[in-house]
Amino acid sequence: MTAQTRSGSTGGFFAVAWAVAGRQTYKYFRNPAFLAPALFPLFFFVAFAGGLTRIGSVPGFDYAAGYTAFQFVWALLQAVTMGGAFTGFSIAGDFENGFARRLMLAASNRRGIVLGYVIASIARAVMTGTLVTVLALVIGMRISGGYDLFGLVGLVLLANIAATLFGAGVAMLMRTQQAGPVIRTPIFLVLFLAPVFVPLRLLNGWLETVASINPFTTILGSARGFLAGQPQNVLPAFGIGVALVIVFVLWALFALRRAEKAGS
Amino acid sequence: MGAFITQVAALAARSVLRTARQPAVIVSALLFPMMFFAINANGLSAASRIPGFPGDSYVDFAFAFPLVQAALFGAITAGSDLARDIESGFFDRLSLTPMRPVSLLLGMLFGVIALGLLQGVVFLCVGLLFGVDVHSGFPGMVVLVGLTILTALGFGAIGATLALRTGSVEAVESAFPLFFVAIFMSSINLPRNLIEADWFRFIATVNPISYLVEGIRSLVITGWDVQALGLGFGCALAIVVLALAAAGTSLRTRMAR
Amino acid sequence: MGRTDGIEVEGLVRKFRGGVTAVDGVDLRVEPGEVYGFLGPNGAGKSTMVLMLTTLLPPSGGTARVAGYDIVKEGPQVRAMIGAALQEAALDNFLTGRDHLKLQAALHGLPRAERRKRGNELLERVGLSEAADRRVRGYSGGMRRRLDLALALVHRPRTLFLDEPTTGLDPQSRSALWAEVSRLARDDGVTVFLTTQYLEEADVLADRVGIIDRGRIVAEDTPEALKAEIGRPSVEVTPANHRERDAVAKILSRFGQEIPSQPETVSVRLDHGAEGLADVVRALDAEDLKVSNLRLDEPTLDDVFLEKTGRSLEGAGEDPQTEEAQA
Repeated sequence: MTAQTRSGSTGGFFAVAWAVAGRQTYKYFRNPAFLAPALFPLFFFVAFAGGLTRIGSVPGFDYAAGYTAFQFVWALLQAVTMGGAFTGFSIAGDFENGFARRLMLAASNRRGIVLGYVIASIARAVMTGTLVTVLALVIGMRISGGYDLFGLVGLVLLANIAATLFGAGVAMLMRTQQAGPVIRTPIFLVLFLAPVFVPLRLLNGWLETVASINPFTTILGSARGFLAGQPQNVLPAFGIGVALVIVFVLWALFALRRAEKAGS
Repeated sequence: MGAFITQVAALAARSVLRTARQPAVIVSALLFPMMFFAINANGLSAASRIPGFPGDSYVDFAFAFPLVQAALFGAITAGSDLARDIESGFFDRLSLTPMRPVSLLLGMLFGVIALGLLQGVVFLCVGLLFGVDVHSGFPGMVVLVGLTILTALGFGAIGATLALRTGSVEAVESAFPLFFVAIFMSSINLPRNLIEADWFRFIATVNPISYLVEGIRSLVITGWDVQALGLGFGCALAIVVLALAAAGTSLRTRMAR
Repeated sequence: MGRTDGIEVEGLVRKFRGGVTAVDGVDLRVEPGEVYGFLGPNGAGKSTMVLMLTTLLPPSGGTARVAGYDIVKEGPQVRAMIGAALQEAALDNFLTGRDHLKLQAALHGLPRAERRKRGNELLERVGLSEAADRRVRGYSGGMRRRLDLALALVHRPRTLFLDEPTTGLDPQSRSALWAEVSRLARDDGVTVFLTTQYLEEADVLADRVGIIDRGRIVAEDTPEALKAEIGRPSVEVTPANHRERDAVAKILSRFGQEIPSQPETVSVRLDHGAEGLADVVRALDAEDLKVSNLRLDEPTLDDVFLEKTGRSLEGAGEDPQTEEAQA
């Protein structure tokens, strides 16, 4: 490939993406704090899976793989979506300390920057996800799904990408560290306003209402189904996942244009 | 003695004033515990159907949660305020006055108590609206707020010790998850006898926070349970005494000259 | 040793962990009512010195007495006698200027009635009466420094420590602060120990200057005496025709040693002081060399610093602030 073709639109796009992703991932390995997004999910997981096992024996609780597995899926999704949020924090940091300006100057195709952050976020999600999984197996989680597990991985990746794009968009719009809570709070709410402790059927009152309109509920339920080897709502779950990714791609690109206009 | 009281009062006033002037801090101190309470109480309401569950309402059971969480908030706020003073040099400025070191500690803890009182009263009002039924009646509510404040004081002194030892806001704030874990690894979500995993039940049994929680909870779901209250107040007092001693030592080390 | 308002320092040393010696055996004496300027680049040990003298940092060796009290053994007495405005005005962003003064006055044990009066008086004096009820968060750098100074004065200290009081301030705020410090020394007889990295500040304010470099005092005297020690002024000549530069340099070399200057000009340090200037003009005229500009430069404290340390003060410390100013 010659220099000319590389500076063409597609070449530039991927070259920029790889460069940004490479730098981000390198940063992770330099600093073990990159596992921080896994911290809270791990705490919640240990507290809920360890302390609330008895909930699994409530009449009507019919999740086949057991309470630990039930909680694991939620913790895993929390870890990867918070990983996306943390990528948003680091983008906001890049804008605040001026590093983003250098990226914007150097990148022939700036949309590549967004893709680069997404790739790096996926890399992080793989690592934090592994961490949560290992802990779950140590605690004694049983896995009953076979090939269905690929479905779980697919949903987890979609959740990570959607959260990353959402965070990247907010970060590029605000361009200060103040973006932190604005990214974190909605993700947290979406995670908690769902059937966290018991299946949707066992919820009642306002939480049932909110959880049943929360798109994350479908993804969570389907992901739990994959783990138990009893897939359910596969099409709606992937449909929602892909739709979220598309919406947040547009959102991130809109934010990128705003950042370009602001001259970052 | 008069000078000492003047100093404590001035520092307490400052501590309250700076919190009062940060509406975001007050709002999040009131909102987040309530949010968790609402979600937990509702999401886990099925737990009340477990055979052997004390009482018939998970909302009553869960009400101890926001109160203990409130105490945690106070500790982190107070600790990071003090660490910020050390980082900015404000602490040095105070050190140059004839102020007695212990006045600084007392003044700061007064701010913690004030915030704890506000949280206790507001949560109680919201809880009653949500249908929490306090079995020990109005006197029980007073005792409940009292135990909450004592808990806040103990956590606040731990936060102060951390601040004085490290002198770094970041260090204090990164201790937040640890406190959080400590709260969750207790009988906060289920009574200890209903915790199935042995290791978890063991941790919850040795974790003093369990007894704070159970003391507060007994006032709501059983009425006047002398044993639970004794253990609750005993643990809270022990934490206050130990943490204050540690904070005092750290303060003397920092101000040693 | 009698009780005085001054400062006496003997062999003061401060070592930090990792083997860095920030202050390396400093001796100095500040007379009561004197303004003493402690001049040096960043990292020279100025702030460490102030922290020790204000009892906030224990020394590793040596002794010092402030207002007649030993800084190690009589900390509380020292603190009662001094006021200090340390680097980076340490204020609480959520309190107002008046809140700060109230708190400070209460901690110093002023009676309630006097607290308000003293607060108003100081706010007036540092020109913050109008901003007194605004939160410090919105104060400019100059306002913060002035409030800091007011806070240091609440208990009417006889000795005042100011650590780089004007670093980062604009010229107007700087001269306002200078005026107030001079007034304190002149009218109230307050002893002032002031650190600075600005030559001009030391020159304007200080009765005596100690130049510190790498933890040691390299020179100490009145600004005039220090400059006189370097002594001689220099003359800078710009030839009208730049091709005649070498000819001009040759003639000037008769009057003193050439020192670095702009490429188009020639500078020499005059062997016989300013009186030699007339001879220079006559000699140039005799050779029929036209001059477009001729300037006599008095020695500055920077020349003193250069002479004593072999480096220029401006470049000696690694100071992000000066880098920014140059950028």
